[in-house]
Amino acid sequence: MAHNPQLNARGELQHLLSIEGLPREILVQILDTAESFAGVTEREVKKVPLMRGKSVFNLFFEASTRTRTTFEIAAKRLSADVINLNVAVSSQSKGESLLDTVANLSAMQADVFVVRHASSGAPYLITRHVKAHEHVINAGDGRHAHPTQGLLDLYTIRHYKKDFTRLTVGIVGDVLHSRVARSLIHGLTTLGVPEVRVIGPQTLMPAGVEALGVRVFHDMRAGMKDCDVVVMLRLQNERMTGPLLPSAQEFFKNYGLTADKLALARPDAIVMHPGPMNRGVEIDSPVADGPHSVILPQVTFGIAVRMAVMSIVAGN
Amino acid sequence: MTSKLPDAEALLPALAAQLKPAITPASAMIGLHTGGAWVAERLHPLLGLKDPLGLMDIAFYRDDYAKEGLKHDPKKTKIPFEVEGRDLLLVDDVLYTGRTVRAAMNELFDYGRPRSIALVVLADRGGRQLPIAAQYVGTQVEVPAGRRLRLRRAANGKLSLELEEVAHGA
Repeated sequence: MAHNPQLNARGELQHLLSIEGLPREILVQILDTAESFAGVTEREVKKVPLMRGKSVFNLFFEASTRTRTTFEIAAKRLSADVINLNVAVSSQSKGESLLDTVANLSAMQADVFVVRHASSGAPYLITRHVKAHEHVINAGDGRHAHPTQGLLDLYTIRHYKKDFTRLTVGIVGDVLHSRVARSLIHGLTTLGVPEVRVIGPQTLMPAGVEALGVRVFHDMRAGMKDCDVVVMLRLQNERMTGPLLPSAQEFFKNYGLTADKLALARPDAIVMHPGPMNRGVEIDSPVADGPHSVILPQVTFGIAVRMAVMSIVAGN
Repeated sequence: MTSKLPDAEALLPALAAQLKPAITPASAMIGLHTGGAWVAERLHPLLGLKDPLGLMDIAFYRDDYAKEGLKHDPKKTKIPFEVEGRDLLLVDDVLYTGRTVRAAMNELFDYGRPRSIALVVLADRGGRQLPIAAQYVGTQVEVPAGRRLRLRRAANGKLSLELEEVAHGA
């Protein structure tokens, strides 16, 4: 196997850059560890002393309240010290380069960098320049990957459906711009999901998406049939360049998740969404708030999953 | 080698008999994963405790995380009763350095303030590195250098003590 920059010489997870290329055993290790942490977050004292004395730097070159907050809570529940840097409005605007920013934080004794960046590959670039005891976690880079979101989606699916090997999972909407979709597809296929579908208009499908091992549907009603899990993606207005869509209303009519489209999936189907939701664009409010929705539990599980990832990488 | 070790199955009823007079209405039992949980699962039904057995994995409280990292596959800690004000019986299979027990006590106090904690072990092999002692001991075992005392559970549920080589560099 080619050298995987996420793994150390013993094959253990040292950085988390993408789900792509992670062996099944490591995915299962993360999900199992997260399950143990989920127990911690249900107690009165929601903190363990594992990462006492370690410093976690949240380096967000791109805004994200939810992801940053859940990483912050996760680090605090591990007893680490957390420093939040909203780099978009500080060093970078003064002209400092990415690697200079990281070198300066490294001089402040960092142990873990949680990085969100608009450029695909930025977290990987950082791993090439950090010291041996420093670890990098990708919190979303460009259109490339968002591995902790993918992992929390996998955790959520395992929590409700137990067994990956008999599921049909439909991922609906703007697959083209979605780093969440990419991470999730890799995870699902690695864990043995027999049928992963991507459902959306031709203009929002990446070329050659079939190569990832998915079935492509342009007709949502056909794609929804017998799905056990429906993952709605956010329509990423801010990443749209050029006329990919006629209008949000048109999109909702064809690809918005409504109760009547959901009725085509299995009766016990779960509905997921990575957030933030555009109600009335990709998902109808009664569905988002309905009995099939597990959108808020996803957020809770995200904390345990990020605790697992942080404590595994920082220990290797 | 193995033949000289005490029979774990024979130790269990004797250990339960030691514990019996100490049981109070506030008593509850917690077994430490994995070996301690096996012992606790056997002792618990013999003592007529009103609460179900608690199980604990101390992976998140270990003192060697900085050196060893997080161990694979930590089990979920599950304490199905209020810890506050209870007389806890903390059960482990083998008592050695005392570090596991220290970690377990730290974890327990994140659940509440017990009235007391007593330590119950199937085997004490000496070699303490911390000021910790067990109140209820099934047996004392001398372990030769380079060996480790382990509890095993067979497919039929039978427990046995075994000596194994310590992997070099571990």
